[in-house]
Amino acid sequence: MNAIYAALGVAALLLIVSLGVAGANLEFVFGIIVPYAAVALFLLGFSYRILKWAGSAVPFRITTTCGQQKTLGFIKSENLENPHNLIGVLGRMALEVLFFRSLFRNTKAKLNKDQDLVYGRDKWLWAGAIAFHWSFLIVLLRHFRFFAEPIPSFVWGLQSLDGFFKIGVPVLYFTGLILLASVTYLFLRRVVIPQLSYISLLADYFPLFLIMAIAASGILMRHFYKVDVVAVKEFTMSLISFQPAVQEGIGFIFFAHLFFVSALFAYFPFSKLMHLGGVFMSPTRNLVNNSRRKRHVNPWNYAVKTHTYEEYEDEFREVMRNAGLPLEKAE
Amino acid sequence: MSDDIAKPEELSKVDYRPGDVVWTDPTIDFHKGTYSYGANPESSKYLGLPHARKFNPEDEDWHLPENWKEIIHEGLRDRLKKYRSLQVFMDICVRCGACADKCHFFLGSGDPKNMPVLRAELLRSVYRNDFTAAGKLLGKLAGGRELTPQVIKEWFYYFYQCTECRRCSVFCPYGIDTAEITMMGRELLHLLGIGIDWVTTPAANCFRTGNHLGVLPHGFKDSVEFAVDDLEELTGVRVEAPVNKKGAEVLFVVPSADYFAEPHYYGFLGYMALFHEVGLDYTFSTYASEGGNFGLFHSSEMMKRLNAKIYAEAKRLGVKWIIGGECGHMWRVLHQYMDTMNGPADFLEEPVSPITGTKFENAKSTKMVHICEFTADLIHNGKIKLDPSRNDHWKVTFHDSCNTARAMGIFEEPRYILRNVCNSFHDMPENTIKEQTFCCGSGSGLGNDENIEARMRGGFPRANAVRYVHEKHGVNLLCCICAIDKATLPPLMEYWVPGVEVGALHELVANALVMEGETRPTDLRQQPFGNQEDKEDA
Repeated sequence: MNAIYAALGVAALLLIVSLGVAGANLEFVFGIIVPYAAVALFLLGFSYRILKWAGSAVPFRITTTCGQQKTLGFIKSENLENPHNLIGVLGRMALEVLFFRSLFRNTKAKLNKDQDLVYGRDKWLWAGAIAFHWSFLIVLLRHFRFFAEPIPSFVWGLQSLDGFFKIGVPVLYFTGLILLASVTYLFLRRVVIPQLSYISLLADYFPLFLIMAIAASGILMRHFYKVDVVAVKEFTMSLISFQPAVQEGIGFIFFAHLFFVSALFAYFPFSKLMHLGGVFMSPTRNLVNNSRRKRHVNPWNYAVKTHTYEEYEDEFREVMRNAGLPLEKAE
Repeated sequence: MSDDIAKPEELSKVDYRPGDVVWTDPTIDFHKGTYSYGANPESSKYLGLPHARKFNPEDEDWHLPENWKEIIHEGLRDRLKKYRSLQVFMDICVRCGACADKCHFFLGSGDPKNMPVLRAELLRSVYRNDFTAAGKLLGKLAGGRELTPQVIKEWFYYFYQCTECRRCSVFCPYGIDTAEITMMGRELLHLLGIGIDWVTTPAANCFRTGNHLGVLPHGFKDSVEFAVDDLEELTGVRVEAPVNKKGAEVLFVVPSADYFAEPHYYGFLGYMALFHEVGLDYTFSTYASEGGNFGLFHSSEMMKRLNAKIYAEAKRLGVKWIIGGECGHMWRVLHQYMDTMNGPADFLEEPVSPITGTKFENAKSTKMVHICEFTADLIHNGKIKLDPSRNDHWKVTFHDSCNTARAMGIFEEPRYILRNVCNSFHDMPENTIKEQTFCCGSGSGLGNDENIEARMRGGFPRANAVRYVHEKHGVNLLCCICAIDKATLPPLMEYWVPGVEVGALHELVANALVMEGETRPTDLRQQPFGNQEDKEDA
């Protein structure tokens, strides 16, 4: 049900942009106002969320340790899994952010006929996630050819790598296909795996469909409903130089693509997609496990009611004396 | 073992497919064996906790305070500001499901709300509904859920079906730690006067007498003297074990079960034998007669209140530094919280082993050293004489306790010790040890009798891994360094893997320890040493 609502949501977006651009000729709104508003919302919302998180205290050093601690000299410690210094944390975070280290650990538990629990490796989610995120990043970076003149050299490099096999005209970019395939996989697993389907919310399906729509409209635009690329670039350059001007002759499909992207930008800060920022701020991952070596300060540490030794001795003086235990005060 | 519980063959038939009821429905079936009794109001009152009242989870009406909703909202708002972990973990979960089959309670029960992701969603759905713009606007569509008295019952059920073991956080791509969620959930419930007796009463005991069991000062001294006599009988060596001795070099703090329960007690004898043999100048304390801290399972404030005595006593006795015994959650508190909460311990000295001269650099701020670090260093420097063949009657496996594993990373010290004190050591499969270790199923205050079915279910993955090495290598001793483990693994083994005993690491150390002037026909359990048969044959 949640998946259907989410799909309807994305269909509604398509309907809105169709009515707006193809129906009412509101290119100005969908080409200029909506993208500007979406990016503004993204930047403000993203910053707001990060600042809100940063404004929340880190009272204790609660590192999750996934390897041997650093103690005695003759025992080898694992700095990347259980960081004892800043280098360790940076390495751990790099592995986490760039290569999804923790997801790579994933296992699948099965209860076999003899009532034995066995744990198999399960790299599918990791592989799907890596394929999705990296292809999305490369697709995004490739788009810099629309936002810079001259086109930066890294974009040329990415393009030639991505289109290495030179299939079709214009050249087919593999990352586009990988993005679409991996996002489809991430959707299918939510539907097929019973536990996952059980926990999935509308907010889990919606971004998947939205990204599918973005990838699909992008691929359609490049290979099927070809748009005037020169006009598109003139338009995008006008946007980023803050002298926006809608060009003549840009096809509807471009506006649909742009609208989906705008929707993603606007939706981003209010959604789970904020894991992009959050992954850097997770206290179990980004802290050094040196709690006994270096004191961590809790900004809101406050005095509490304790049972002091004096009170303790006052209460138990008699039995302590009878037991021959040393006392602070005779009476 | 309670007779109420189903046979193992029945209990292990677990179906991991969720049923038809949607998870947003908070209805709970409180059936005996799967929940803990409510806190005794006397204990709550002694600790000065709000809204203390008698309550039975099976009751229809829990008599929530009138402004209960306001209390929860206020409490949650406060904690979102105080704990970045909570704030971030509320916001960034993508529900990828990697954590789902990592929880021992899910693996043992198949209850979908025991998937860590859903356990957190129980709170997160209320957070979304009442604290986020999307939730306020869109409600259910944004995954929001209204806070009702039924939700409070559901929180109680599931936040006391999590042992705060943190196994899920190892697998989460964002390190989301369900222990943090559970801890906050329990704190919120305490604001409404809702807690369990197995946590609140030990906390009250601990506050008053210094230990969870409520052992009074003279009782503690008796226990130690009794142990000294026992040890003499077993080894022929009379050791000194001072209590409340001012000016000792080291304050030694153990979990109270060590001097009260079996098999902990054998480890307690083990520490005393070891310290005697190396001539450590140490003292026990009646006031700090508990290293364990059920405050960790209650609230951050309670943890701090119970922990304060350790530094206070170290200061009063004028010791130089502190050693802590074998305990899991105790070490989470000592390692990750104590210095922050009750430090700085600037009145102590940086710990240096008087026997080897080794500086414990890793503990130079808290000044508290884990007994395994201390002993591993002794062995490495050849300061004790060991005869591992004395433990030949044991085929040993090692259970990493959750807290020392995932909140410290003390993996190799105990294994190094084990390899030196016994000849037959077999690790369980790699997905069930070290950072991936499985909980005993009874941690975080859940190790009570009434909760037995949940405990046996939660301990199933651990027991299953023990069964593997039991069948493959003939393992007959499950060694561990945690007091809760030592209390709760024996019934777990009895239920799932009969024929496997549970023991302390320092029990094996003391068995292997060749003491000066000893006359030792048996091990600490009065069983013949493992190498005895060979000698008799010869």
